[in-house]
Amino acid sequence: MQRRSHFLEKTLSGITRTLEQSLFAEAISLQPGVFQALDPRLKIIATLALLIGVSMAHNAWVIGAVYLLAVCFALASAIPADFFIRRVWLAVPLFTGLIALPALFMIPGQPLVHLPFGLIVTRPGAQSVLFLLLRVGTSLSLVLLLILTTPWNAVLGALSVLRVPDIFILILGMTFRYIYLLLHIANDMFLSRKSRVIGRMSGAEERHMLAAIGANLLSKSLNMSSEVYLAMVSRGYRGTVVTFKPFRMRRQDWFWSAFFAVTTVVIMYLGR
Amino acid sequence: MTSTPVFEVRNVSFAYDNSQAALEHVDLTVRSGESLVILGANGSGKSTLLKLLDGLYFPTEGEIAAFGEPLTESNLRDDAFNFAFRRRVGLVFQDSDVQLFCPSVMDEVAFAPLQLGLSHDEVGQRVDEALQALRIEKLRDRAPHRLSGGEKRRVALASLLSLNPDVWLLDEPTIGLDPRSLAWLVDFILQLRQQNKTVITATHDLAFAQKFATGIHVFDENHRLAASGKPGEILADHELLHRCNLSHFHVTHEASICH
Repeated sequence: MQRRSHFLEKTLSGITRTLEQSLFAEAISLQPGVFQALDPRLKIIATLALLIGVSMAHNAWVIGAVYLLAVCFALASAIPADFFIRRVWLAVPLFTGLIALPALFMIPGQPLVHLPFGLIVTRPGAQSVLFLLLRVGTSLSLVLLLILTTPWNAVLGALSVLRVPDIFILILGMTFRYIYLLLHIANDMFLSRKSRVIGRMSGAEERHMLAAIGANLLSKSLNMSSEVYLAMVSRGYRGTVVTFKPFRMRRQDWFWSAFFAVTTVVIMYLGR
Repeated sequence: MTSTPVFEVRNVSFAYDNSQAALEHVDLTVRSGESLVILGANGSGKSTLLKLLDGLYFPTEGEIAAFGEPLTESNLRDDAFNFAFRRRVGLVFQDSDVQLFCPSVMDEVAFAPLQLGLSHDEVGQRVDEALQALRIEKLRDRAPHRLSGGEKRRVALASLLSLNPDVWLLDEPTIGLDPRSLAWLVDFILQLRQQNKTVITATHDLAFAQKFATGIHVFDENHRLAASGKPGEILADHELLHRCNLSHFHVTHEASICH
């Protein structure tokens, strides 16, 4: 009963947390820093190259070195270290760890730990799981570095330069923009409901309220999508979109391009 | 001398889903350089009329002509007509969140001139000029959804200014604006008037309408045109305004004071 009564607060705090995280990420992306100063196109290409390098590397030390490089870049880009490390390493064991868990016991080799029910963790199994976690954690860190240091609109702009179809980018941008708006509306709906709830609601009442809010949001989003379409048509949209591509590479961008190109080659060479 | 008609609306009716009437038998003419105000209570059909004038909806009955040509769905399918019409007419939506769909302010302001085929250099120049004119250069790389209500409204106006249309359709532009932004908006509309732009503003804010209107059309709650005239005549007709739910007589319970 006690747990159920916190449903409203939990939903509210969940929505608020999502909005705050989004604000926090944007605040970091607007701060001065090494990665923030780079051309977004370069950042996307460099991240992709490093991700490919990490996926192809078979040497844990090389992958570890890339992870350290990512942490160094995070520190030089005004990203709090504890946030950067925790964000990745709290999620990786939970998702990748669960998937990799059977490998601990299934890969044959020298026994490392004997567990109850005759389960044996083998040395190659443990190595294999740790290697996978390191690879996934490093890849996630690289992506997180890109996301935290690049405003979303710059990422989208850079995608268009990289020949991703304009209409795909526009839809992606609108999806993010309107999810954010709908989150705000949902937050207001929950707050409005909370302000009128006295005492505790039963599980059935809470489910009913959630369904009502969901339906209302769906109706609002449908109405909004048709209005957005009209707003686009009003400003000349006729089925294809032309976007602005004002990016220009500067000298420092060429320097970092060379740096990331060399780093990727080194990763591939040493990690083979 | 009578100026050229920009829009001629003849016996126009419109119904959503062919059942819910939004406008009934409306006749009006908009002339070049006029600063018209469409007054009406919520739900009287003002926004619908602006969307009809912008060629987003089409009458279920009657006809609209824009710049002497019928404003029809088939005409707007023609690239040349569509291009010419969209270059000359722009609509600022009531809800800025609907209008601002691009990832950054710069993209938003560049959207219309880009779609209408202007070169990237010219678009860049127009974007700079529009941002400067509305004093929002510092918002250039910001995401529109992070802006305040007043900033969003300025960006919405900048997104049309970069196109510099001859006809500006403004749907409830005062909603959500603080007093400073409101004063700024009035100045902005007066500047458009000085440039001989045609401005059609839908609002229910009488004080706002009084500041710049050259003519007023009033819609009643039955979605019909109740009156048209000069601002002085219309705004002095309290009976009309009361009937159209644009002003009210308030009687307090305590002292029976009417105001």
